[in-house]
This record gives sequence, structure tokens and C-alpha cells, in this order.
Amino acid sequence: MIVGSNLEKVLRSGQFAVTGELGPPKSADPKVIRHKAGLLKGYVDAVNITDNQTAIVRMSSISAGVLAMEAGIEPVIQMTCRDRNRLAIQADLLGASALGLKNLLCLTGDHQSFGNHPQAKGVFDIDSIQLIKIVKDMRDEKKFQCGEDMPVEPRFLIGCASNPFADPFPFRAVRLGKKVAAGADFTQTQIVYNVEKFAQFMEMVRRLGLHKKVFILAGVSPIKSVGAARYMKTRVPGMDVPDWVVERMAGVPKEDAKKEGIRICVDIIKQVKQIEGVAGIHIMAIEWEDAVAEIVEAAGLLPRPKIEDLQAVSAMSE
Amino acid sequence: MIVGEQKPLEEIRAMLGDGKKILIAGCGTCVTVCFAGGEKEVGILASTLRLANQVEGKDVEILEQTVKRQCEWEFVDEMKEKLEQADVVLSLACGIGVQTTAERFAGKRVLPGLNTSFLGQPIEQGVWTEFCAACGNCVLAVTGGICPIARCSKSLLNGPCGGSQAGKCEVDPSVPCAWQLVYDRLDLLALQETMELIQPPKDWSAGYRPGPRKIEREDLKI
Repeated sequence: MIVGSNLEKVLRSGQFAVTGELGPPKSADPKVIRHKAGLLKGYVDAVNITDNQTAIVRMSSISAGVLAMEAGIEPVIQMTCRDRNRLAIQADLLGASALGLKNLLCLTGDHQSFGNHPQAKGVFDIDSIQLIKIVKDMRDEKKFQCGEDMPVEPRFLIGCASNPFADPFPFRAVRLGKKVAAGADFTQTQIVYNVEKFAQFMEMVRRLGLHKKVFILAGVSPIKSVGAARYMKTRVPGMDVPDWVVERMAGVPKEDAKKEGIRICVDIIKQVKQIEGVAGIHIMAIEWEDAVAEIVEAAGLLPRPKIEDLQAVSAMSE
Repeated sequence: MIVGEQKPLEEIRAMLGDGKKILIAGCGTCVTVCFAGGEKEVGILASTLRLANQVEGKDVEILEQTVKRQCEWEFVDEMKEKLEQADVVLSLACGIGVQTTAERFAGKRVLPGLNTSFLGQPIEQGVWTEFCAACGNCVLAVTGGICPIARCSKSLLNGPCGGSQAGKCEVDPSVPCAWQLVYDRLDLLALQETMELIQPPKDWSAGYRPGPRKIEREDLKI
């Protein structure tokens, strides 16, 4: 065990892991976090707390993560390289660890031009791969990026993102390999709709032996409407939505669209679960958190393993 | 080359204010090549201003001079005679030229007629694009001769992010993904394994050190 978080215990026990996503509010209201945490509790093993997602200012990931933890759900905090330089990142990670946060997803971050402060100066002092290495060196070598030592290190299960659908396609598994070499313990992928292409990606991943070195959680997301499906297909860079998804969404009456979106999501979960090397799923249902319970149940992934049941696993590994 | 773009006429006229004798100072190097501040552009701007002043009944004399390089004392000195007659100088050089002229003739008000945009290259007639960020710590050896600092929207050092699609950058579909270009170039050079190397955090101090950057070469000093 590296940090002994719930997520780590589930992954190491070999059970199929489920993570969710919780978008913090564009306000200082802690009730939003508690409400969303309540919707997800018991249905996921840990929940990602986004960090100014799509470059829109929201409550910070670390503070929302603490609120989520207090509400009884384990957070995966996110850290992007867009808004902070190496000093700010390391400082915030020391604080996050001191506050008891144990899982961290390292991201480069969406470009600031997409968000609500497009005139901001993007930092990008480091990139996600360099961030992973910095966190690993802090954790395992007790060293800051500059090489100085620290007496008490921050301890995180280190996560990274991977996008099997971006270009150049042959580089995608190689890039995940770089993240693993830098120190990633788990990865959550871009939303999978094109299962066939994801399977090809996984084949490359297995050829590189990466599935034995990193826990891979396939990203999934329910679609709300045929309009949303078309928008993602044509307008969102790095997304691959095949025609059959749009056709299935278009084939049901408007009032059944949400149900169909959830059914498609469940179908995809069942398919990716069969692919060798997939250790779990990451359900992204931002602003539709109440869909998660239904998805997890319909996918046959309940009940989630209880932390107490995992004590034995924990003892074995230590 | 340094690529610049002329400021809007309204902004230039507002800056010039009540100046009665104006010298428009061009530069014969980079900004001539990018058609922003050479002899020709000085002439066009002078005619435009004369016409505008005439229409408004303003009595303003406009002088013109273009020197080979406004970033060196010896060439700037050639403007001495006209410059001393003028009460304000509108320099169509890059920011370096404006400052060199302003410093050499410290008692004279020197105004910028251009926005200095970037270090770049004309990729086709009438189109320039940034190629170098002058970061002071060149990485081109490991990126197949394509600069990700200047040409990747996030200045990434370890390959394309998840927003690279069909060779384009997620930020703007008209922008080529710099890392797709690097990937293709390294492929062509049979150096694909370079993509697998983890590039450590960059030493930005060469680019953003305290105060202006400076090069001193003892071998050239007198």
C-alpha cells in the first residue's frame, strides 16, 4: 500500500473500481458539495473533485475535497498546471496531504481560452508528466523539485488522465507509458463511446505491459440528449462519438432520452469491463450526479466494497 | 525576424496629439520585410496623416526617414538632423528600435507606431507566424527543429495533450498542433524514440531572469 486510501485498497484487491466526479460550485456554498457527496456516497469508491474545470473559476479542488471527505466520501483531488507554477503546486500539495487527502489526479489543464477568464495568463510552468514526477519525488524521495529535502512528505496515490481518442493515435499508449514511468499509479481515460478504438488502445497498452504497472479506469459518461451527443461528436476536441450513439439517442422520444443515455452508458461499462487490463470505470456525470446510482446499479457494480472488508487486503500488502 | 503590425490610425493620431512637426522614422530590417515599418510604410502613413490633417485644417509638418537598423546607435545617429527639427518622433521600428531612438535622443518624445508582435516567419505571402519564444534555453534538438514553447498553446515539453485532433490544436482549429508536427518530423528523421524521453521541468530562468536579459561576450569587447 502506498497511501491506504479506499481507492487504492479497492484497486489492489482486484475488484472492479468505480470512481465518480463532483464539480465544485461557482460559489462559496459548502452545501452544494455536501448535497452532491450525498448523491454519490455508497455508489463510488472515490470521487474526483475537479480543479477549475474547463478553465471556469469554481471552489478549489482541495477545499471542496475536504468538504467531501467530511461528508463521508473519499475525494480524488485534481491539480492542473494551468493556474499554478511549481511553487504554488508543491505548496498546495503539502497542504492537501496535511489535510488528509490521499488521491491526486495530475493534469495539464484545459487552456484558459475555453473558460470564463480568457484574458488570463496561463501558467504552464510544468506539464502533467513533469507534475507526476514532482509528486512522486516529493512522496518517495522526500524532495522538492529543486532538490531540497523535506522532513515530512505528502503522500498521494498518483493519478493521471489519458486520452485514447486524441491524435497521433499511435502515440497515445506511449504517452501513458511516459506517465507511468514518471510515477502514475492509476489513470482515468477520456470518455469512451468508441469501444472498438478503446480496445485498440488497450491492445497497445498491453503490448507495452502498462496494464501491469498502472490501474486503468475507463472514463464513461451518460448522455442527456441527442443534441448533446451531436455536440460532443462534432464540437468537442479529443472526443470520439460514433454514429451508433447518436442514432440510438435520436431513436427514442425526447422524454426517454435521459433513460437511453443511461442505458448506453451501462452497455459501454459492460463492454469495457471485458477488456483485459481495465481495472475500473470513472463515471463523469457532472451536474447529473444523481444518474450515477442508477448507472452503477444497472451495471451490476453494487454493492461497493466496504473499507472494513478491505482491511485484510491492506494487511497482506503491508 | 521580428514581426510587427502597425497600430490603428486613430490610436496613432491620438498619441501624436498637438505635435506640429512630426518625424516618422522607419527601419530597414525586420519591419521592412514584414511590411509594417519600412520606407514604403513610412511614406504611406505620412501621406495618410497629411491628408487627415489637411481635411481637419491642421497645420502639421511631417518628415520621413528610414534608416537601415533602428536598433543600433550608428544608424539611429543618421536621423539626427531631422530628428532635432521635429517635436515628436513616431517610430515604425519594433520595440527595440523605438527604445534605441528614445535613448539616443533622450530629450525627444519617441512614440511607437507599431505593436511588436513576435519572432516569426512568413509562412506564405501576407501571413506570418510565431516560431521562437526567445526563451533563452533552446529545446529544438529534441523536438525535431519545431519549437513547442512558441508553437504549442500550452508550451508542453512531453508530447501532444489530449486536445490534439487531426493535426490541429484544440484551442483553435486553424492552429496546427505543434506536437503533431514534432511527431511527424521525428518520424521522418527516424528519431521517434525521442518522443519517449521524459523532458524535465524547464529552466525558465534563462527567459525570465530578474531585469532584462543580457549577453556579454569577452571575445568581442574592446
